[in-house]
Amino acid sequence: MITVTDLTVQLNGQGILHQVALQALPGEVTVLLGPNGSGKTTILRCVSAEIHPQGGAVTLAGQPLAGLPRRDLARLLALVPQEHHPVFPYTVREMILLGRVSRVGFWSQPGRQDQEVVAEIIELLGIKALAHKPYTRISGGERQLVLIGRGLAQEPQIFLLDEPTSHLDFKNQISVLKLVRDLARQRRLTVLLTLHDPNLALLFGDRVILLAGGRVVAQGPPGEVIDAGSMARLYGLEVEMLSLGSQRLLCPKLS
Amino acid sequence: MKARTWVYWILMLSPLPAFLLALQVGAYPISWSELWRALSWNPGSAALPEQVRAIILNVRLPRIVLGLLVGLALSCSGATLQAVFRNPLVDAYILGLSSGAAFGCAVTVAFLPALPIQVGAFLFSLLAAGLTFAMARTRGEVPTLSLILAGVVVSAFFAALLSIIKFLVDPHKLANIVFWLLGSLALADWAAVTKVAPWILGGAALIWVGRWRLNALSMGDAEAKALGLEVGRERGLFILAASVAVAAAVSVSGIIGWVGLMIPHIVRMAVGPDNRRVIPLSMAAGASFMVLSDSIARTAMGGEIPVGIITTLGGAPFFIFLLKRSGLESWKT
Repeated sequence: MITVTDLTVQLNGQGILHQVALQALPGEVTVLLGPNGSGKTTILRCVSAEIHPQGGAVTLAGQPLAGLPRRDLARLLALVPQEHHPVFPYTVREMILLGRVSRVGFWSQPGRQDQEVVAEIIELLGIKALAHKPYTRISGGERQLVLIGRGLAQEPQIFLLDEPTSHLDFKNQISVLKLVRDLARQRRLTVLLTLHDPNLALLFGDRVILLAGGRVVAQGPPGEVIDAGSMARLYGLEVEMLSLGSQRLLCPKLS
Repeated sequence: MKARTWVYWILMLSPLPAFLLALQVGAYPISWSELWRALSWNPGSAALPEQVRAIILNVRLPRIVLGLLVGLALSCSGATLQAVFRNPLVDAYILGLSSGAAFGCAVTVAFLPALPIQVGAFLFSLLAAGLTFAMARTRGEVPTLSLILAGVVVSAFFAALLSIIKFLVDPHKLANIVFWLLGSLALADWAAVTKVAPWILGGAALIWVGRWRLNALSMGDAEAKALGLEVGRERGLFILAASVAVAAAVSVSGIIGWVGLMIPHIVRMAVGPDNRRVIPLSMAAGASFMVLSDSIARTAMGGEIPVGIITTLGGAPFFIFLLKRSGLESWKT
């Protein structure tokens, strides 16, 4: 579980987040939705202790984030970064194994148990054929899978993903988000991710948090939070809500 | 995978044949049987002339052991710095650590004779590493180009300071300093070996145990943190270990370039970038490379030439050949 209260962040004297309060629950996918510059990524950076907020507090699974050693944090929370350019062409297996770094002592090397965890993850993600390929020479969708695998190798309770769909094609967007949702359900992971497409939030979100100008403007189940009016206000774009059976989808009005 | 296993063991075991070969060649060629008799310490083999025994045990052996140590130090520190700075184009020489260490040696010799020369070398190589890093770092990033430029600047700075000392020192000592700076193992004896071995082996041991964590550090600050590393502290520890090893190597052999850049590259081309393999193999291959280069330095021109010249003459073309053949892939993103 993630609980954020009164989170306030300023960068170079400019307010980025203003008293943000939100919650993400285990077994659920919580989506941060908002236009560019609304503070989505900054929230992830605060929750993963990459930056320290000027005010407010983050609590992870009941533990206050402030003062948590990196090692303990990495065992609790995994972050799947958005862009990723490793200098050295490590293989897929070596990349995923790096998720174990917080579970192996400084004076030791990854052991049999670590290798087994990695083998299971490779099996789970169905990327056995890639295991010995250089990470730098696989497709964007495959890379996203590997980074998710590395996160899983940390055996965390909380999973953060920064725009996991941004570099993926249509099919891979769907399969990655489906995977993430299944993982949340099966492993009781608390998933917090940012998305650009409100339709993906409708499809995969259990809970949606709308952000504008560094403030939370609404949060709740996607069916309650996402409608034509709220999206029009959030993005400044005229949209229509379409219903197709039980599924609802947004379509921009092109006049 | 199978081919890689072969290459792994060939490189890993290469110091042994290099060692035996280097014992034989030189101004006085030594046969296999003489070598065997000298090394076996068999009291019955008194037939070996005392002179030959002395050449093997007191001239060649210390020099070869020192060569192994220096090669190991330069090569594994190169691999370490490449991972820590996420930049396959750096080593102790390019980042200015070697120049810093050389200046430290000269200062210690000239003004602080009470201090062990390795301490001075270490302090200044660490200072050089810190300066280069601080200069290159902009907004939390260390871009490739600015790192290399900062290294060039720091190198030049310490080289200039060293020139001042050369100017001040008496001309009799100057020849020694100049020869030493070219990079040579000619001054090797057992005293030099025992003086630097603890430093080099200590630094290398630290790198060896932490070698897997170098993979995580090479992901960059933000990601290494997210994976659970105390990045500042761990990076500092690895730079410290590399500086210790390099400073000790420089204190006995001067500035020998290329080894730290080239050997880890070759190793990576052979077995991939995982530092769990790259570090041990760099140590082994660096050691054999240095000993073989020094054998050439001792014999090729009839007299002694500095081994730094050999490593550069041999290293540069070989490096280009490998790069061309593998199409830059070992270090391209």
